[in-house]
Amino acid sequence: MTLLSTRGLSKSFGGLHAVTNVDFDLPKGEIRALIGPNGAGKTTLVGMICGRIAPTSGTVSFDGVDITALPAHKRIMLGMAYTFQITSVFPRLPVAENVALAARRRLHGQEVDAAVSEALDRVGLTEAPDEEAGNLSYGHQRLLEIAMGLAQRPRLLILDEPTQGLSEGEIDGFKALIRDLAGETTILLIEHNMKVVMETADRVTVLNFGEVLAEGTPQEIHENDAVQAAYLGTG
Amino acid sequence: MSETQRILILHGGLLVLLFVLQFVLPAYHHGNLARIMVLATYAVGYNILFGYTGLLSLGHALFFAAGMYGMGLTIQHAGFTPAPALLVGLVAGALVSGALALLALRTAGVAFMIVTLMFAQAGYLTILYFGEYTRGDEGFVIQQAQRVLWGIDLSDPTNRYFAAWGLFGICLLISLWLVRAPFGRTLVAIRENEERVRMLGYDTFAHKLTAMVISGTIAAAAGAFYGLLFGYAGASFASVQYSIFPLLWVLLGGAGTVLGPFVGTLFMFYLIDLSSGITTAYMLIAGVVLVALTLFAPQGLTGELRRRVWRWLP
Ligand SMILES: Nc1ncnc2c1ncn2[C@@H]1O[C@H](COP(=O)(O)OP(=O)(O)OP(=O)(O)O)[C@@H](O)[C@H]1O
Ligand SMILES: [Mg+2]
Repeated sequence: MTLLSTRGLSKSFGGLHAVTNVDFDLPKGEIRALIGPNGAGKTTLVGMICGRIAPTSGTVSFDGVDITALPAHKRIMLGMAYTFQITSVFPRLPVAENVALAARRRLHGQEVDAAVSEALDRVGLTEAPDEEAGNLSYGHQRLLEIAMGLAQRPRLLILDEPTQGLSEGEIDGFKALIRDLAGETTILLIEHNMKVVMETADRVTVLNFGEVLAEGTPQEIHENDAVQAAYLGTG
Repeated sequence: MSETQRILILHGGLLVLLFVLQFVLPAYHHGNLARIMVLATYAVGYNILFGYTGLLSLGHALFFAAGMYGMGLTIQHAGFTPAPALLVGLVAGALVSGALALLALRTAGVAFMIVTLMFAQAGYLTILYFGEYTRGDEGFVIQQAQRVLWGIDLSDPTNRYFAAWGLFGICLLISLWLVRAPFGRTLVAIRENEERVRMLGYDTFAHKLTAMVISGTIAAAAGAFYGLLFGYAGASFASVQYSIFPLLWVLLGGAGTVLGPFVGTLFMFYLIDLSSGITTAYMLIAGVVLVALTLFAPQGLTGELRRRVWRWLP
């Protein structure tokens, strides 16, 4: 069953073609990595999927329904969650409140507290729930972003470079978390760290200059010459 | 003691104190305090939009005046009694703030300030234009006989004080309840990072719209009571000055704190009152104190209190 698909999805900023004519299908339950060189259009593509960015042309369907015209908050309510590449938490609010805001969209009262501690637990941020989020280290703010995504219990979790700025140990924790989530939810993971991609993804889509260059299992992508030339050679 | 208990004791304590002061204050301060409570109610409404939602409006005089004229004109020209007239004032405030929100919330930041300012100015000019009914700048007096609510003569200082106290108390508790409820917390999150709130699945436009209507309706309630309790409605209450006042009060008292609007209104009122007793250049003294406060207590009086002592203040 396909959870998400795009057809002919394009975006240009002025004269710049950031994303061109992307047909993309993501089956339910899969962990899909989206990779590509800097500026390939990954953030723009998922921005159009979750409604942050209006496409120039093309369509997006979620669970068989065309959602191209839906505003972002309604797509989120359908079961999408997006964690930002550039950390976007509420710096002056407590850590727990950051996660509670995510959980309260679907839960009430006591259930919220339970969901908050569960999400913080899963990413390993249990020390200081009352600390202001802005006082956390950069890596911990990245983990907080992920916890906010988890607290939404999404059907599709879109993670935009979640491991950027994490320590080796935290990256190991992240890989374990993704494996843990497999089966629970569908994941679209933008990732530069090839080790993480190789170890977590079921399949990989490669984006280059806004177009889909290749798609396949991590092994196939690893052995693909065109991908090597465009991307892996540098990374 | 739990946080909720502490909060209830503090805010309830203020209301009890204000209630008791009625019996001890000399007439002059007694009258002042009644006025301050009504104006603080105006500031409480303003604070919901500015302090908690992060939207700086320069047009709240429009809502204050909508309440005042909704009440005053129906008493004056339609022969309404105070209760339905107050209701008309509230409804007028809700409608006007809802309509302005639909227009102004399409903008943000400075543009939002300008749009609200322009519409409030248009409202002021409208009041002048219909001078035949509103009597323009000169305004009109609401006679003592027209100010009897359910048999209670609101021109009597004691009754007036209780009415002001009741209005302030209700609006303070509404504001306290609101900012601790999920809805109010979402408003705070919108103030901090609107894009993130949207991407958590909240309709931020609808939230801001609701916040503006609540804010405008409380401002209108203050305007309606002000006219009724002090027996006068005039166009000066719709002028820019009356849009700036609540901003100042809230800034001084502490934006985004429940008690801040009252503290700021009280402080400013007595600052001007006392300094004008000392010198005719009282605005200078007031100005210096204000500058000092913004330098040394940039979060306002209650805001500083929260930062330094009571972290739990809502
Ligand atoms: N709002 C914008 N206005 C103009 N150009 C933009 C905008 N957003 C992105 N771009 C451009 O579109 C192209 C694709 O950007 P995008 O952020 O989607 O790439 P990316 O694959 O996510 O890169 P990275 O790996 O660096 O995050 C880039 O050339 C970028 O400069
Ligand atoms: Mg990106």
